[in-house]
Amino acid sequence: MSDRKALLRVTRRALLSGAAGAATLAVTPRLFSPAIAQGAPFKVGLMLPYTGTFAKLGQFIDDGFKLYVEQKGGKLGGREIAFVQVDDESKPEAATDNVNRLIGREKVDLVVGTVHSGVAMAMVKVARDTNTLLIIPNAGANDATGPACAPNIFRSSFSNWQTTFPAGKVLVDAGHKNVATITWRYTAGAEMIGAFAENFTKNGGKIVEDLTLPFPEVEFQALITRIAALKPDAVFSFFAGGGAVKFVKDYAAAGLNKSIPLYGAGFLTDGTIEAQGAAANGIRTTLHYADNLDNPANLAFLKAFKAKTGKDGDIYAVQGFDAANMLEIGLTAVKGDAGARDALVKAIGAAKIDSPRGPLSFNKAHNPIQNIYLREVRNGRNELVSIAQANVDDPARGCKL
Amino acid sequence: MDFVTFGVQLLNAVQYGMVLFLVASGLTLVFGILGVINLAHGAFYMLGAYLAYWIAAYTGSFWLALVGGVIIAFVVGWLLEIVFVRRLYGRDHLAQVLLSFGLILMVDEIRLILFGKDVHSVAPPAFLSGAIQLTDNMSYPVYRLAICVFCLVVAAAIFLVITRTKIGMIVRAGAENREMARVLGIPFDRVNRYVFAVGIALAALGGIVVSPISTVFPGMGDGMLILSFVVVVLGGIGSVAGAAIGALLIGLTDTFGKVFFPSISSILIYVLMAAVLLWCPNGILGRREV
Repeated sequence: MSDRKALLRVTRRALLSGAAGAATLAVTPRLFSPAIAQGAPFKVGLMLPYTGTFAKLGQFIDDGFKLYVEQKGGKLGGREIAFVQVDDESKPEAATDNVNRLIGREKVDLVVGTVHSGVAMAMVKVARDTNTLLIIPNAGANDATGPACAPNIFRSSFSNWQTTFPAGKVLVDAGHKNVATITWRYTAGAEMIGAFAENFTKNGGKIVEDLTLPFPEVEFQALITRIAALKPDAVFSFFAGGGAVKFVKDYAAAGLNKSIPLYGAGFLTDGTIEAQGAAANGIRTTLHYADNLDNPANLAFLKAFKAKTGKDGDIYAVQGFDAANMLEIGLTAVKGDAGARDALVKAIGAAKIDSPRGPLSFNKAHNPIQNIYLREVRNGRNELVSIAQANVDDPARGCKL
Repeated sequence: MDFVTFGVQLLNAVQYGMVLFLVASGLTLVFGILGVINLAHGAFYMLGAYLAYWIAAYTGSFWLALVGGVIIAFVVGWLLEIVFVRRLYGRDHLAQVLLSFGLILMVDEIRLILFGKDVHSVAPPAFLSGAIQLTDNMSYPVYRLAICVFCLVVAAAIFLVITRTKIGMIVRAGAENREMARVLGIPFDRVNRYVFAVGIALAALGGIVVSPISTVFPGMGDGMLILSFVVVVLGGIGSVAGAAIGALLIGLTDTFGKVFFPSISSILIYVLMAAVLLWCPNGILGRREV
């Protein structure tokens, strides 16, 4: 209100010069705008955990994405790619602000994020509200490509359901009938263990105890003692990042790795295997990737990633790499015109990608259809044992696309 | 639950409590004697763990990491007292909170520059790795037993220094009545510096000691800081013996809470704190307000 009063009091002369100024400002950019628009880079907002327990995972996704863009000379579909980074610190309470900063202030054309499911769901909500293109390069929350699915939301990763559902049958086939489960008490934990239990009990297995502790607590010792007392045939677990390192080490330190086989979702040993050392040997996990997948795309990827970062690529890096591949497919289909949203989305949805992880395509909910592999830790690597289930398609329960 | 399992869970509780005590004792000393609320205490816990990782990685010796880490932390604490913390004595808590928050950011940034943001782990000394077999399916990691013993020794040492030595007497006098002690010619500048440096060294020691059973990662001190404050408030501000009791109580509550009441285990320690504070508002061994 006070602004309006101030406006009414300005003199005629001031008003005129102001108007002249405003007109100049309004016209000037338009004179140059065609040139700018053509050369303006496509802005990718990377919202990832660069600090905290998932920091390394976030960095690998970032490295993977940028590796792909570098391999294409910094351009995808003819458009120069520019990056804006935001550290989400895996904090759901700051997620909405962070993603709004990327979309509102930085005006990014695409958001890529994130690792933590709670943060990702906040991002999904904002992406739906603002119709911003979003590629989720890790967080597996089932809802993102379930009830909350939207045309502008893709995953380059997996749904929680997808990674552990095949494990249910794997454990029964290996003769483990009485199994204890252990995880953090948060969305990802419940969904991973839930999908495992669904397939496990369907095939005749019995869950003897469902152990949980609050995220991201790492004091596992009490529960490990509980497992020793329960004497199950095997343990199925889901942990990731720093917590996964500690769990595996505690499990081995208590001597349980010798008597009770440890299984898990692949995140237990992916990105964490080096810090786990010998304690990880023999752990079997299911995931949409294995370190020694012997396909040309993977061999080339691992070589290039090593050359760029000096580190061994893993599934997180692959998911970042594939996210960039998806963007390229979309941008190529519209010849770099990000405004042609429908055609861009349709092209990604129909993509058949020769990913380092194997064949990758998408279902109607925009969740990947991909192989889930059974891997075993040998000599510090997640080595392929077998394909636990080929072309696993998430049921996308609740998605109305 | 059979007897052996119960016994092992009891050991788990004691071991967890011991580590908590180590960290919280430093916090309570600085809080109780210097009157400084040090929110950066958890950051030094993390720094200790990173130093341990770094020294162990370069020298291959856990013992060098233990000794070296503590010495470095002590020196850092000593310097910080001279440069920053001495300006806080007698200032209101807002100034202390702001400064120690600044210290958190500094320590975290330095950690990032020196050690990066990767998750690391430290190998325990060879003769402390492995587990003791208790029954055919129950065993206990040797290193965790060693933590219990080590922390008991440190606790006893702190207790003896404070109650039985001249330095302890001076420290206690300073906490009791600073003006009177100053009139009697006690050099508080120096004493304060020692107390703060020892507090920081204890936080770092906690981080070093857990590095072989925990992982070394950015942000590992956050949870520890909150728990340490709970321990200090439970035990009574400034009381080392109170911190020991508080830490053991938290260890027991957390461990048995996880086993028997998993769904509410995370709030149990706060329920415990509320109950204790209702019963004795100054903490278990807290001094009454004069």
